[in-house]
Amino acid sequence: MSTVTDTTLTPQPSGGTRAAARDRAGHFSELRLSGISRAYGAHVALHPLDLTIRGGEFIALLGPSGCGKTTALNSIAGLLPLTAGSIELDGRRIDTLPPERRGFGMVFQNYALFPHLTVRANVAFGLKMQKRPKAEIKQRVEDVLKLVRLTEHAHKHPGQLSGGQQQRVAIARAIVLEPPLVLMDEPLSNLDAALRLDMRAEIRRIHQEFGLTTLYVTHDQEEALSLADRLVVLDSGHVAQIGTPAELYESPASAYVAAFMGYRNILTLTVDSVTADAVRASRGGISLLGKPSAGASVAEGSEVQAAIRPEDVRIVGGDGADTTAGHSGVFDAVAEIVEYHGRTFHIDALTAAGDRVHLRTDQRVAPGDPLRLTAAAERVLVFPGIAPLPETGADE
Amino acid sequence: MSTAIVDPTAAPAPSTGPQRALPHRRSVALRPGTWLVWAVVAFFLINLFGVIATVVLDSFGRTWFAGWLPKGYTGSNYSDAWSEFSLGQVMTVTFELSFLVVVVSLLLGVPAAYALARRDFPGKKAVMLLFVLPILVPPIAYGIPLATVLYKFHLAGSLTGVLLANLVPSIPFVVYTMTPFIEQVDPRLEAAARMCGAPTRAVLGRIIAPLLLPGMLAAAILVLVRTFGMFELTFLTAGPTSQTLVVSLFSAVFSAGIRSAQSIDAMAVVYTGSMLVLLVLALRFVNPTQLVARTRD
Amino acid sequence: MSTLTTEPSVAPPEPTRTALRHRMAERGVDRTLLLLLPGVVAVIALFVYPFVYGLQLSFQPQGVNAHGGVFASYSAFFHDKFARGSIGTTFYLAIPASLINVGFAVPISYRMRSDFRGKRLLLTILVVPITLGTVLTAEGIIEYFGPVGWFNSTIQWLHLSNHPLTLTNNYWGVLFSLIISGFPFAFLLTHSYLSGIHPSLEKAAATLGAGWWQRFRHVTFPLLLPGLLTTFCLTFVLAFTVFPSAMMVGDPDGKTHVISIEAYEQALQKFNYSQGCAIAMVMTALMFAVIGVAMALRSRLYTGSTGGKG
Repeated sequence: MSTVTDTTLTPQPSGGTRAAARDRAGHFSELRLSGISRAYGAHVALHPLDLTIRGGEFIALLGPSGCGKTTALNSIAGLLPLTAGSIELDGRRIDTLPPERRGFGMVFQNYALFPHLTVRANVAFGLKMQKRPKAEIKQRVEDVLKLVRLTEHAHKHPGQLSGGQQQRVAIARAIVLEPPLVLMDEPLSNLDAALRLDMRAEIRRIHQEFGLTTLYVTHDQEEALSLADRLVVLDSGHVAQIGTPAELYESPASAYVAAFMGYRNILTLTVDSVTADAVRASRGGISLLGKPSAGASVAEGSEVQAAIRPEDVRIVGGDGADTTAGHSGVFDAVAEIVEYHGRTFHIDALTAAGDRVHLRTDQRVAPGDPLRLTAAAERVLVFPGIAPLPETGADE
Repeated sequence: MSTAIVDPTAAPAPSTGPQRALPHRRSVALRPGTWLVWAVVAFFLINLFGVIATVVLDSFGRTWFAGWLPKGYTGSNYSDAWSEFSLGQVMTVTFELSFLVVVVSLLLGVPAAYALARRDFPGKKAVMLLFVLPILVPPIAYGIPLATVLYKFHLAGSLTGVLLANLVPSIPFVVYTMTPFIEQVDPRLEAAARMCGAPTRAVLGRIIAPLLLPGMLAAAILVLVRTFGMFELTFLTAGPTSQTLVVSLFSAVFSAGIRSAQSIDAMAVVYTGSMLVLLVLALRFVNPTQLVARTRD
Repeated sequence: MSTLTTEPSVAPPEPTRTALRHRMAERGVDRTLLLLLPGVVAVIALFVYPFVYGLQLSFQPQGVNAHGGVFASYSAFFHDKFARGSIGTTFYLAIPASLINVGFAVPISYRMRSDFRGKRLLLTILVVPITLGTVLTAEGIIEYFGPVGWFNSTIQWLHLSNHPLTLTNNYWGVLFSLIISGFPFAFLLTHSYLSGIHPSLEKAAATLGAGWWQRFRHVTFPLLLPGLLTTFCLTFVLAFTVFPSAMMVGDPDGKTHVISIEAYEQALQKFNYSQGCAIAMVMTALMFAVIGVAMALRSRLYTGSTGGKG
C-alpha cells in the first residue's frame, strides 16, 4: 500500500464555506469543570479537577500514561460516569447527559472508524444521526472532505487507507458536526514522526479556521507546547500545573512538571544556604546556585531537586561562559555519549559522583573528554523535596 | 490499520458513587431491557438446573412417581446400575477408548499440524479442506457410510472399529487446534537450535516438543471430553462389549422392557459426574469457548 | 610466476537433480511434508473413502429395490411418504430451534458484552449442557418436563394450567432438547464474535449522537452479521442432525421421525445399506444447500477486521 501521503497544504476551500461553518459552529463562552473526579472502587484515577475552558481555546492535557488524562477526557465525553463533580456548559449541567446527547466531537486514538462503511458514510454518520436532510449531509460532507483533502478517497473503506488518511477521516467525522467542543485522545501517537509534524499543523489550522474549542490529550510535551493555548499537566490523577506554554516552560511549578517540560537534568542536592532570591545547594562534587520556584520555601539542609534545561548547561571556556559572580558554581564531568545533530552536539556527561548531565553545545567534543560545566543561576530552578519524576520516554 | 489500544477505561460500570444520583445515566441496573435479558437467562438456567437435578435426585430416590421429591433415599440404585448395566466394564471400555483416541490422534495430528504450520506448499488448501470436512460434516452423515464400511471389513462391533470411527473427527480437531499454536512458536528457534549444532531429533525433541506441550495438553483434553460424550459414531459402530457410557445410557433408556428408571438415572449421574470431572480438568487448561467452537472462519 | 586460475578438474555437478530438490524446497515441498502423511492417509481412509463408498453404494440399490435401476434407493426414499416426510419433520424442528437459539443469543450476548463479576462462571455453566451432550439432556427432559415432573408441577401450582402439559415424547421434548444444548453453543459463539468488535466503535458512534438502538443497528449489527450467519449454520447443522434425543424424548415413529433416524433404521435395522447411505447423502446435500445459501449471503457483507480481541 502506498505510504506517500499528500502533505502539501493546498489552497483552502472558499472563504464563504468557512465563514458559514464558523457561524454555524456551536459557540459557547465557557465550559466549567468543577471538581470532576473518577474512582474505581478504592483506586482514584482522577482527583478532583477544576478547569474553566473558554470558547475557542485549545487546551492540552499532558502527562505520562496512567496519569488520568484519558480518564478525564472520557469523563467529559460522557463515556465514563463521574464519581464526583459537575460539568457545566454556559451554566447548563451536562454531566448528567449520555454521550450521544452532549454533542461533543471526539477523535479516538485508534481512530475507531467504522470498517464496514466508506469514508463518506463514516463522515456522514453523525449528520445521519441528527436526521439532517440528505442534501445538507452531502454538502457538508463534501466540504469537510475537501478540507482534509480526502475527496478522491471518499469511496474507499478505512481498511484501504494509510494511517495518516485514517486519522484525517477521524478528524473530519468529528468536526463535520461543528461541535462546541472537540475532544482528541492522542490522535497523532500512531503516526510516524514526519507525518506527525504535518498533521499537528493540520489540527491547529482546522482548530483556527473552524473556530473550534479543542481539548487535546497527549504525552508529548513538544506537541502540547506547540498546539495549546493552555496546558494541564497531570500526575497520577492530580493536577500538577495549569498554565500557558510560556508559563510552564519558564516557571514549572514542580520538578515533575519541569521534567515534562524538557528540563532533562534533575539533580538531587542538599541545601547549603538560602538567601532571599537564591539557593545554594550541593552534593557530590556539584555545587549550584539556583532560583527557588515561586512560593516554595527551602530550608537549609533539606533536600531539593535542581532542574536545568540541556540548553542552559554551558561548557566553561567555550560558548562565552565564564565563572563570574552571577553564575552558578562550576563542576566537572566526563563526556560519555556525543550525538551529532548538525549544528549542535547533544552530550551525555557523567560527573565523578555518577550523576548524569545532558547538555548541548556547538563545540566539538569527543567521548571521554573532561568538561567543566556551569549554568546561569536564573536558569537553575530549585524545587523542595524529592518528587517522583515522570517517565517521559527520554533515555536517562 | 492500527489496532493498538490504550483504553484503560473499560465499558461504563454501574454507578458506584454514593455522592449523588445520576438521572438519565445509562446504569446497567435500571433499564428494562437488562431485566428482561437476565430474566431469560435465569429462566434458562433454572430449567437447566431442574433437568440435571431431577436426574440426580431420582438416582438417589427409593421411588418417585409423583410429588416434588422422591419418597425416601437410597444408594442402592447405584449398585443396581453397576451390575445391571455392567458399568464396570463399560467404564473401562470408555476410558480405554478415549485414551487410545487421544494418543493416536495426537500421534497423527501433531506432526501433521507441524507440517502445515511450517510449510506453504502447493495443495495446502486442499489438505486443509480435507482436515476441516470431518469437523464440519456432522457425525451422523458420515457415520452411516463409515459404519457400512466397518461392517464390510468386520471391524464394527469391536473396540478397533469404534476407535477408528472416533479418530475421524479427532485427528482434524488436533490438527486445527495445534496448527495456530505451532505457528506462534517462532521458527527462528529451530534455526537457532540448528546453528548450535542440534540434529533434527534434538530440535524436535528438546526444543519443539516442550514448547508444544501446553497446546498438546489442551488438545488432548478437548479430544478426551469430546470422545467421552461422542454419541453418534460410537452408537453406529459399537457392539455389545464396546459401548461407551453414553451409548450404554441411551440403550438403557431406549431398549424395550421395563427398566428401573432409578437405576438408569444412577447411570446417568455416573456419566454426568465423570463428564463434569473432565470438564473441570479441561477448564484449567482451556477457556470455555474453546470447548465449544469448532472451526471459526 | 603465479598461475591465475586453473580449470577445476572436478566434473560440474549434475544440474537437474540438485536443482529439482532445491526448487521443490523453495515451493515448500521437502521431507517435512512426510509428517503430514499419516494424518492425511488416516483421514482419507476413514472419511473420504467411506463417504465415496457410501455414495457409490447408494447407487447400487439392494434388497427390495435391487432391480429398480441406479436411483432406486433414492426413489424408494422419496416415494415413501413417511420416509420422505422425515425431511419436512427435520426442517420443522431444526429451523425454529436454530432461529430461537441464535435469536436469543444476540440480545443476551449484546447485553453481556461488557465484563462483569461472575461472567466467567456464567460462561462455564453454559458450557455444561454442551459437554454433557444430548443424551443426558434428553434423559433429564423426560423426567423434568414429564407429566409429573417439576416443570408441570410448577405450572399447575402457579395455576397456569389445570392439567399437565404434554411436553415429552413429542415435538416439544425434542425442541427443548435442541434448545438446551444448542442455545449455549450459539451464545458462546455469538459472544465470541461480539467481543471481536472493538468497543471504541460503539463509543465513537455514541459521541456522534447515536442512541443505543442506533448504535446496534448501524454499527454493531452489521459487523456481527457475518459471524451470526456462521453461527446460524453451525447451530442449524447441530439441530438438523439431531438423533438420540429425537428417539429418547420425541416420537420417533411419528412426529419426530427425523431424517437421521430414517437413515439409521434403513442401514442398521433393515440392513439396507444402500438406502441408508442414500439417505445420508440426501441429508448432507440438504445441509450444504442451507449452508450454501447462508454463506452466499455472508459473502456480500463486510467481513474484514473489526479491530477487537476476537
